[in-house]
Formats: sequence, structure tokens, C-alpha cells
Amino acid sequence: MDLLEYQGKQLFARHGVPVPSGSPATTVEEAVAAADEIGYPCVVKAQVQIGGRGKAGGIKVAKDRQEAEEHSKAILGMDIKGHTVHEVWIEAASDIAAEYYASIVFDRSAKRPLVMLSTQGGMDIEEVAEKDPTALVRLHVDPLLGFQDFHARRLAFEAGVDADVVRPLGALLAKLYDAFVKEEAMLVEVNPLIVTADRQVAALDAKVTLDDNSLFRHPDNAALRNVAAEDEQERMARERGLTFVKLDGNVGILGNGAGLVMSTLDVVAQAGGSAANFLDAGGGSKAEAITQAVEVILSNPNVTAVLFNIFGGITRCDEVARGLIEAFDQIKPSVPFVVRLDGTNDVEGRKLLADANLPNVHTESTMLGAAKKVVELAG
Amino acid sequence: MAILVNNDTKLCVSGITGREGTFHTLNNRNYGTNVVSGVTPGKGGQDVEGIPVFNTFHDAVDKTGANTAMIFVPPRFAADSILEAEDAGISLIIAITEGIPAHDELRVYNQLTRNPNVRLVGPNCPGILSPGKANVGIIPASFFSEGNVGVVSRSGTLTYQIGNELAQAGFGNSSIVGIGGDPVPGSSFIDILAEFEADPETELIVMAGEIGGSAEEEAAEFIKANVTKPVVAYIAGFTAPPGKTMGHAGAIVSGSAGTAKAKQEALEANGVRVGRTPTEVAQIAAEIAGSLKTA
Repeated sequence: MDLLEYQGKQLFARHGVPVPSGSPATTVEEAVAAADEIGYPCVVKAQVQIGGRGKAGGIKVAKDRQEAEEHSKAILGMDIKGHTVHEVWIEAASDIAAEYYASIVFDRSAKRPLVMLSTQGGMDIEEVAEKDPTALVRLHVDPLLGFQDFHARRLAFEAGVDADVVRPLGALLAKLYDAFVKEEAMLVEVNPLIVTADRQVAALDAKVTLDDNSLFRHPDNAALRNVAAEDEQERMARERGLTFVKLDGNVGILGNGAGLVMSTLDVVAQAGGSAANFLDAGGGSKAEAITQAVEVILSNPNVTAVLFNIFGGITRCDEVARGLIEAFDQIKPSVPFVVRLDGTNDVEGRKLLADANLPNVHTESTMLGAAKKVVELAG
Repeated sequence: MAILVNNDTKLCVSGITGREGTFHTLNNRNYGTNVVSGVTPGKGGQDVEGIPVFNTFHDAVDKTGANTAMIFVPPRFAADSILEAEDAGISLIIAITEGIPAHDELRVYNQLTRNPNVRLVGPNCPGILSPGKANVGIIPASFFSEGNVGVVSRSGTLTYQIGNELAQAGFGNSSIVGIGGDPVPGSSFIDILAEFEADPETELIVMAGEIGGSAEEEAAEFIKANVTKPVVAYIAGFTAPPGKTMGHAGAIVSGSAGTAKAKQEALEANGVRVGRTPTEVAQIAAEIAGSLKTA
């Protein structure tokens, strides 16, 4: 789950990472009141989960009340690369002497957290690393040992940080690591990490991705989900506990198990079709879950045919058939369905479907055959 | 022969008294797996259809000589249960649990690598089946028979699909190992490929991967240097869009890294034939098997 900038900063602040003071606002009135409280000059920053806000005009400095109002009016409701701005963050302007970059990522290959630091912050870090690999220094941390002071010093000196900043920067990195571990983040990134004119350090931006699997331990973080930015169909699926991704095609897909569903998408593409979604009904799905899944798939008006590709292990094919029959009873779909059932209780499942004699439902015995059939029917 | 689980397996199930735990434990026992004990804290002294339940893994190992653990507890308790099994001296831990927090997996992995005597398979995996010998996990064993093809996969149901295609092409299996689709699996493709390479019964290896991470690319290098047996691969997710998590926490394409195409190219560059569909994987396996017989 990705946080908005200000949510990330508030999370940082809880762990002692210095951040400029600020306040969120969803209306122009709130924004101006917040600006008055913080004082001028201040910065009005669009809160959207997409990079390049500054270039799009989503970050503006206000030197007085009138500018705070103008900028808030312009930014609230603005569209930045398909993301509507529902919220701004009003922040005290900082006196910047230098811009650094710092991040901690969950490095799957190394199976350790990776801490990265550069003195060339404020721009696209991938570009910096590509032009001059030595400009971005990296260090893996043993999660059972944790981030030590010597780690911070090594990073700071290797990156060429000004000597008088090494100590406060080290303290910031330690707190950032603490936030990464305690909040169970997959990524924390600060770009730019600023050095102020009076030689203090602070996080001027915050990018935080949390681990969805850990949210049960962090109810406060779970409540930060940015529902307004969510696609309607994806929200519907999430509320029903389904693993779902919306795609651009017209063949609705339901399968069990992430790998098999991905494979189904590929086989449909090879048959000349294009999937409208990824939907993993999960292991051991009961009839009700299948009915709800059909509801989600058909809520996309682009869908002209639906493919069920089930290989039951823990999932029982008779349950899947019952769910489909129930869905037809409730929703009465107008598009054709192609169903392939194999695995646990497949004989019972196929018999249930045959007996129900649902209109416009075709059964196929192989995955490849089912994919070809659904593409033909989808048109 | 087979790898990891066999007739010497003495299985202890953590979470044996839960609904799913009981169901699959009995399923495994019915298949012939030697299930010796279970662990549920607070339910020590009870039994599940004659299988004794203990409060701790230490008790279970002391009293029943368990050498293999299956973890079937909910995500919030799973890391602790894996660490307890390791602490009790279990040498093979198979974690079925899905949805374990990534930082828990990180700590578990880094702890277990300090112990050369333990192997973790999973979590978020369907388990291991050695047809005719033992089944530990949720793989529907009736679809597989004894044979010489070793299968290693990041995905459960995809394994069944490929196994079924192989069976229809006349193949049986030495062992089928699901390593799971999480970001930090206890065992990698490389670990399992090494086991198959050393297993005299395995003549051909099928490896099913997917988008995300670099495990397939690393496996490709390893195969070139260390595997003498033919390997057929399959990669799921050619049409997956970048930046979206496709079900498995590990199945996400970040930029150009971890794409199905990149993985296919890495494998092919190292002499591994890659099937574009599960059906094609079985066809390639049949071609290779044909040439093995005539060789």
C-alpha cells in the first residue's frame, strides 16, 4: 500500500525523522487557514501517488495569503497524469543549502534491507545512478543485527557528505531504518533529503510503501488507504477479498491460484484475445466467493465473454459450479461463459453444470481449448 | 528415490487441530505419509485421529522423533512456528501458510541461513509430493504418479496444470516441489535444482517460474554451470502489466526487471528450452525424453 507524501511524513515524524511542519487540506478555505497558521512563505503541494508533481504545476511556493489561496484553488481538483488532486499539503518553506537522496528498500534478491544514499538528491535518482554509479552508495543490513552507527558513517563518508552533517544525517538514517522496520515498509524514500542553511537535515519529501500482509498489526496504517484514488472495480474486488487487477481487454478471467491465472492471461493472448482482468478466486473458494467474483468481472462494461479456468486442489470444482449457477440466478449475465473444470471434485462440478443447463455456458476440457473458445466468442 | 520427502519422513504438523490443518494432515496420512505428531500450544495431550498433539515442537521431536515440520498456522503465528521448529532441531520445514508479513519472512530467512542443518520450503507454497512415497501439503496427489520428472514451481495451481499436461503425455514424477510465490522464499529454484541434479531417479527437470524478482535468471546461470540433466522451463505472466502485483506478492514487474521475456531469454541463453504454454512444456519434455531413450 502506497502512502501519500504527507502520510509518509507523519509516519516519519512518529519515529523522530525531522520533517518540516505542515498540515493537510481538502478545501481552499482549509488550505488558507493552514497557511496562516504555518506562516509565510509556505509551500502548497498536491497529494497524489504519482511522480513528477512539480513539473506538472502541483507544487507551488506562496509568499502571502493571496498566493496561498490562488495556488490552492489551482492545485485542488487538478489532474496530474490521470490522478485527481483531492488533497494538498501546506508546508513551511525550507532554507535549502543542499539536496541529498536516501532510501531503504526491501531487497528481495539479497533478502536484506538495502540502504542507499547519494549527495545528488532532488532529481531522478535512477538517472544519477546510471550516469555515475559511484554517486549512489549502497549497504545491505542484516535484519537480525539492525542498522548500526558504523553503517551510517560508512554510507555518509562514502557518499561524500559534508563532515559537519555526518552526525545528524546518521541519526536521520537510523530513525528512517527504525521506521522501515517498525512500520513494516517495503520502501521508504526521501528525495530530497535536505541540508538547511543552519546545517540541519530534514525529509522534504516522503515516499512510503507498506506491506499489505502486515496491516493487521498496524490498524492505524490500514486506515490510511487512499480509497478516493482507487478504481471502482478494484475497490469492489478488494472489499470482497478477491485478488484482482483491472486490464484493458474484453475477456473476463477467473481462475484459482495466481500462477495459473497469469498463465491463463498469456494463453488467451496467444489465442488472439485480450484479458479484461486478472482475478484469482483464491484457494478453497466457496460458492459465494465465486458468485461475488462474477459480479466484479461483469461490472466492467468492456467484458464480452468470460473464461473460468479452474484446476482444483484445495479448491473444489463442485463449489465453483454452485457459485456459477448462483451467479446466473442472481445476475443473469448477457455475455457467454466458457468453463474449464479440472481437479478436485471435477466430475461432480461438471455434472452440476450440465444439469443446470445454463444459457450460453460452454464447457471445454483443456485450458488451451477453453482459451480459443472464449476468444472466438468474445469477438 | 525422490527428494526432500520420502519413506523416511516423520512429519509433525503445526496447527494440526485447525480446520484446514486437520483436513490436510489426514489427507497426507491417507496418502501414506508417516505423520507422527502435531503441535498446538495448549492442546498438548490431545490427539487428532490417533496422531498425538504436543504443546511445543521440542516435546514433539523428543517424543516422536519428528524430522519434518509442516506449518499450517495463520500468518500472524507462522514465523514464530517456523523458528520454533528450527530451534527444536527439525531439518526440513514446509510452510504452507499464505500472507505472512514480509519482514517476518526476512527475519526467519536470515536466522535459518545461520543453521546449515535446516531447510525451509515455502512459505505460501503447496508443499512437496514424492509420488508413491509421501505427500506433505495440499498438492492433489491423485493427479500424479511415480516417474522420473522432477518439477519445481513458484505457483501451486500452475504446478497441477503442468503436472496434468505431463501426465497426459505419459510422464510420472520423482518429486514435485512448490517453492511458493512470496518475496522471500526459504528455498530458491537453485536449491531445488541442486537436489534434483543429485537425485539418481530424476532424469528430466521442469521448472515453472513467473514474473518478478530475478530467481529464474539466477537459476539459468546455475543450470549452465551445475545441472547436467535436461531442464524445460515455463514462465507465467508475459501479458502482465508492469507495476501491478499479480496475486503473488513476488509477482510484480518493476520497470524492465523481472519480465517474463527477460526470464525466457536468460533461460534460453543458458540452454534451457522454454515452453510458451503448459501444453508446450509437456510437448518439449516428450521430445527430450524421446531423444534420451534413443541416445
